[in-house]
Amino acid sequence: MIHTWSSLISTLFLLLLCITGLPLIFHHEIDELLGYDPKPEIAQPGAVKRSIDEIARTALANDPGRVLQYILWDKDEPNTVIAFTNTKADGDPDAATLRAYDAHTAKPLGSVGGGPMLIFLKLHVDMFAGQPGKLFLGAMGFLFLVAIISGVVLYWPFTRRLSFGTLRDKSRRIAWFDWHNLLGAITIAWALVVGATGVINTLAEVMLNRWKATELADMVKPYAGKPPPVHLASLDATLEKARKIAPDMNVSFVAFPGTPFTSSHHFAVFMRGHTPLTSRLLKPVLLDGETGEVSDARDLPVYLKALLVSQPLHFGDYGGMPLKIIWALLDVMTIVVIGSGLYLWIVKRRKHRSHAIAGQPSLQPSE
Amino acid sequence: MTAARKSRSSVNGWTVYGGPLLIGVLSIAGLLSALLSEGPGRYFSWLAVGTPVALAAWFFVRRKRA
Repeated sequence: MIHTWSSLISTLFLLLLCITGLPLIFHHEIDELLGYDPKPEIAQPGAVKRSIDEIARTALANDPGRVLQYILWDKDEPNTVIAFTNTKADGDPDAATLRAYDAHTAKPLGSVGGGPMLIFLKLHVDMFAGQPGKLFLGAMGFLFLVAIISGVVLYWPFTRRLSFGTLRDKSRRIAWFDWHNLLGAITIAWALVVGATGVINTLAEVMLNRWKATELADMVKPYAGKPPPVHLASLDATLEKARKIAPDMNVSFVAFPGTPFTSSHHFAVFMRGHTPLTSRLLKPVLLDGETGEVSDARDLPVYLKALLVSQPLHFGDYGGMPLKIIWALLDVMTIVVIGSGLYLWIVKRRKHRSHAIAGQPSLQPSE
Repeated sequence: MTAARKSRSSVNGWTVYGGPLLIGVLSIAGLLSALLSEGPGRYFSWLAVGTPVALAAWFFVRRKRA
């Protein structure tokens, strides 16, 4: 009963998530192929990187009338600087423009993201329905977890008489029933991890707002009531001071005052480590927007660390191309489990209606 | 078909859940290893996380025909 209904309610949305998620596993490669992932020019030997202040000025000149929200450094592309501009510091995320700039020449290299993969991403994340859409898909993901766990309970009565991996060929229905059980059983751990981390990701905004209301509010207490900075400090000087606080880390991105990742008065420089794990565990350093002096630096709370670590476990982008291919195949196996589950339910319903086959034991339990 | 059936007396939690449980533990270990170590951890993750895919292919090839 639980297995049937938790699955049925979420089936269509889970199929949507699995199908849109499939190309998203390779979004980096696809973006590169379609020209949405600009590459830096080959730097001359001995070339010196331009100042970030210069790149920031170029970015603002490129998008007149807009403001800078974030400047970001891709871990795998140290010669590119990515600038986010928007209509205002806390503007609609969908209105943000991402452009890449060459770190050595400050030349614009083109816009980042966009294209067909952005449509897949929006469908996958919120179905173009903003935060409510995101939370709704989170609820569907939760039903997916319920369906998996209730499936484990049902696995016992159905397979206890069969050797593991038995695939009978008696009828189409039994064949699909055995495939449903087998593929479901061997993908449980992966599906639970990807499902649970997906649900956690839908709560990103909620967690960020909580962090801002508690920890961040506490960190910027001395600045309460102060107006936003009029003249921003030099970015290069600000970044240098942030690096001194965490000398064994690199800058992941800097959030400009008033953006969702910081206070109205501070730059927040988010530092990352070097290993696959520590490069996800960002450490924010808050710096005065006017003077560039360090105000505070604290590790993120556990729930935000959990969010950051859950992201690679959802995307499958942390183990090279072979892991991405395995991720895609497991996704296809999950589509088969969901599709065969739907098929089995339809067949069973049809049978119940017609009462055609009498005397044959039902595959579904009397729940 | 009879070969695939287990006798009633041999049925217990281990015979039913043992296989999926081992694969599950292996999968989790693989998912974490690539996160914790870039070199060997990555190679291990390909084997461990890829096991369900290989198993599905193997069961498909040797499935019983009616």
